[in-house]
Amino acid sequence: MNAMNQAVDAILVMLALTGFMLLGSSRLTACIRAVGAQGILLGLLAIAAQDGELSATGIAMAITSAAVKGVVLPALLLRAMRQANTIREIEPLISYNLSILLGGLGLALSLWLGGQLQLPTQPASSLFVPAACFTIFVGLLIIVSRRKAITQVIGYLALENGVYAFATAVAVQMPALVELGILLDVFVGVFVMGIAIFHIGREFNHIDADRLASLTDQ
Amino acid sequence: MNSLNALPLLIAAVLAPLAQGVINRTKAIVAGRVGQPLIQPYRDMLKLIRKGAVYSETTSWIFQAGPVAGLAAVLCAGALVPLAALPALAEFRGDIVVIAYLLAAGRLFTILAALDTGSSFEGMGASREAAFSALAEPSLFLALAALARRAGTASLTPAIAAVSARTWTQAAPALCLVLGALLIVFLCENSRIPIDDPTTHLELTMIHEVMVLDHGGPDLAMIEYAGALKMWVLGAILVGVALPFHSGAVWIDTAIALAGIFALAIVVGLIESLMARLRLLRVPELLIAATILAALALVLVRR
Amino acid sequence: MIASMILVPALAGLAAFLIRSDRLRRVMLVAAAAIHAALSLATWYRAPAVVRGAWLGEDAAGRLILTLTSLLFLACAVYAVAYLRDERGKRHSDFEEGFIFSNAREAVFTGCLLLFLAAMTLVALSRHLALVWVAIEATTLASAPLIYFHRHHRSLEATWKYLLICSVGIALALLGVLFLAVSAIRPGGGAVSLDIGDLLAAAPNLSVPWLKAAFVLLMVGYGAKMGLAPFHTWLPDAHSEAPSVASALLSGALLNCAFLGILRAHQVCVAAGLAHFSERLLLGFGLLSMAVAAAFIVGQSDYKRMLAYSSVEHMGILAVGVGLGGLGAFAAMLHVINHSLTKAMLFMVAGNLLAVYRTKATREVSGAVRALPLSGVLWILGLLAIVGSPPFGPFVSEFLIAKAALDSGRAAVAIVYLLLLAIVVTGIAGPALAMAQGRSTASPDAASRQSPIFSAVPAIFAAAILMMGIYLPPVIGRSLHEAARLFGRG
Repeated sequence: MNAMNQAVDAILVMLALTGFMLLGSSRLTACIRAVGAQGILLGLLAIAAQDGELSATGIAMAITSAAVKGVVLPALLLRAMRQANTIREIEPLISYNLSILLGGLGLALSLWLGGQLQLPTQPASSLFVPAACFTIFVGLLIIVSRRKAITQVIGYLALENGVYAFATAVAVQMPALVELGILLDVFVGVFVMGIAIFHIGREFNHIDADRLASLTDQ
Repeated sequence: MNSLNALPLLIAAVLAPLAQGVINRTKAIVAGRVGQPLIQPYRDMLKLIRKGAVYSETTSWIFQAGPVAGLAAVLCAGALVPLAALPALAEFRGDIVVIAYLLAAGRLFTILAALDTGSSFEGMGASREAAFSALAEPSLFLALAALARRAGTASLTPAIAAVSARTWTQAAPALCLVLGALLIVFLCENSRIPIDDPTTHLELTMIHEVMVLDHGGPDLAMIEYAGALKMWVLGAILVGVALPFHSGAVWIDTAIALAGIFALAIVVGLIESLMARLRLLRVPELLIAATILAALALVLVRR
Repeated sequence: MIASMILVPALAGLAAFLIRSDRLRRVMLVAAAAIHAALSLATWYRAPAVVRGAWLGEDAAGRLILTLTSLLFLACAVYAVAYLRDERGKRHSDFEEGFIFSNAREAVFTGCLLLFLAAMTLVALSRHLALVWVAIEATTLASAPLIYFHRHHRSLEATWKYLLICSVGIALALLGVLFLAVSAIRPGGGAVSLDIGDLLAAAPNLSVPWLKAAFVLLMVGYGAKMGLAPFHTWLPDAHSEAPSVASALLSGALLNCAFLGILRAHQVCVAAGLAHFSERLLLGFGLLSMAVAAAFIVGQSDYKRMLAYSSVEHMGILAVGVGLGGLGAFAAMLHVINHSLTKAMLFMVAGNLLAVYRTKATREVSGAVRALPLSGVLWILGLLAIVGSPPFGPFVSEFLIAKAALDSGRAAVAIVYLLLLAIVVTGIAGPALAMAQGRSTASPDAASRQSPIFSAVPAIFAAAILMMGIYLPPVIGRSLHEAARLFGRG
């Protein structure tokens, strides 16, 4: 269906744009909203990519994951942010402009990879696999290059979102219970990390993961 | 060549300052004031033409040639740009590149004239303008390339003519990205908020205004008129992509195009009223974002 | 019955958060551990039926690791009760920097211990590979609060590194599970099943490039959890800062569960005819882990970090064993038992030493045999065992792996393997003996105040390791063979 393909295309383009938003913003609220938007977009993607075979459990799972990733987890992160009293990321290891340019390179690489990958089933749009790979790349880049602990958690969420997008791309249907298990794991993971960030902020008076370097050999 | 092809250029030449007036009026209304009359830009230009100009002894012929060259460049570019459904005065293969370079030529002469004064303020403005335009140019090229690629032609008039309502239903994401990129380029080239504040009086915060600080009289009139024309020309491209309505009749097309351009002027006025200027260090990020949008559009079109 | 093995510790864990009375909670901890141990031992007598398509089931490898985890947990539970009783109401001042810190609530520690056991049980019993993933991620989340028991900045740093590195690694492993699912997609469509039985049956038809990519990602992801170099960086920090009973469980049980994850992927590769590919990768990463561990053990000044790097080395040995196949796989499964018992014992003894000597520096500990007779002797015996000296268990398994390498004609591998083992011996033996002998630098009353349980539990382990070195009970031997046959090519 052409309209469905259009919708999937539009959602994937917005997914890529949220990736760039993540790479380029120093304000933590903008980053958190970007991953939240990713979560909601993924829920929409799961429904749009079904392409007519909408099952009740499928829709329920999509709505649940959109709610958790788009609303609950950003709320958790915003709370952790406020408790740690940080609003902005300080200058990261890779500057923002360079991050965006690397993101552009990553997008080009993902497009190439999407062309190379021989998928057994045709995804709903030829942008699907590149967008998923790009989101994974963005997640990894953020984890590696940012200093604040909370940005690293945001990067982890982006990584999970990318993997989930890939799952939707290849239309791998997990049993609903397993999907719920994965969602629960991600939720509890972010929850525990949020608690850890709260403790870090209290203990160190900063949440600069870069400065957590007292444990070394000799 | 149809005599009707001269219509876009004529309309631009006559109505360009009016668009400027619409922007000023919008800003005033949003701010709660009554604001200038819509034809105030015309009155300002007439006033300036009647005045004399003072030339500093440190300047050379470049300083006097700058405004003239700038105006000439924009007029030539205007001859190549269609106004929505109305075809341009001239079209040939590759005129997209010529349009971009004509605008760049105009900018080049403004920069040279600014440097010619030997004043540090103008030099500062010139360097900022050069830097930001260098970053905005890839976006402009990529966005126009996406349009051209979609239409399968290297000329602007057919490229915009190919954008019909059907194109919008087929390639809406790509066209939205092109519009986004072109809007940011529009704001940058015309020195609007969030890149530059046209109403500021602090030289250290200016980009475009400070380059033309030393011009007066007819020179300043030419510069302001050229600025209004440039805004109209770039706005025509934007409106051409955004309003894909092609009816056969000339008057309906003209009316739709004019409505589009004045709507764009109102939008710019709203943007200027509701946003603040970005820190100079953050402007490159915005321009790189525009480049990414345009690149994404090109990728989408090429699939 | 199988589900009860997961539910009992899970419910007990949740209840632990709610129970107010410390005594009741500790009793519940030991009781839940005992029930779990009894259930897992019962599966040796009456093997539960493997229902094709069911999510939970026990095969030879799962049973082995489950029983080992269960018995280890029981011993650690007893030790933990004594430990928690000892820690209660004491003024905690940091040994290295001298500041005062507090401990986490005992309910959190106990609850997380039990949930940790539940998650590890789920890893051993899952037959659905995505469920294995969920369980391994759950073990990360359940064990993080255990590391942060002593609330100060170093343990917080260790916990953060553990959380982040393991979560990112496991996210990559999820991508690997997805790739595995993609490799199983048939051109005609049809549902993809990630059940291990179904995957093994469909193995010859799996798409090779996707399967290879899946194995690489799963090895990287679960390898980070297991402690394979170069993803092991969280291990030394976590083990040096966690309380010793948590370290014992992390090294003795958790690393095995992560290893089981990699083994499942290897199983599928072997069944698909890609054994050569996966074995080569395992061999490479195994030798790399041993090399990295050897490099960091020599000259290590902190004895708990030394034990942690020794864990990295032994995980490398496991990978090498499985990478050799055949006899090597059998030896690797034997080594799983030997290493877990030895390492758990060592960490518990290290905890005893730490409590008495109040320092983690190897240089400052001396005369352990005199200050804490039983713990000191166990320390020497344990370190001899962990470097592979006869007559202890690890000697047998490490020797068999070397033999497997030589038998299959891979002399270079055998030489590098033995060389690295030798380097580790030089790195460990010197400091260990120096710590045990000489004049005692410990305060005598601290030594006498230590409860006998602290030494009795490791002593049981020592006896078990000694037995494993001399006599392998046939029932265990049969089970090891069965487990090795799953992926060892006979």
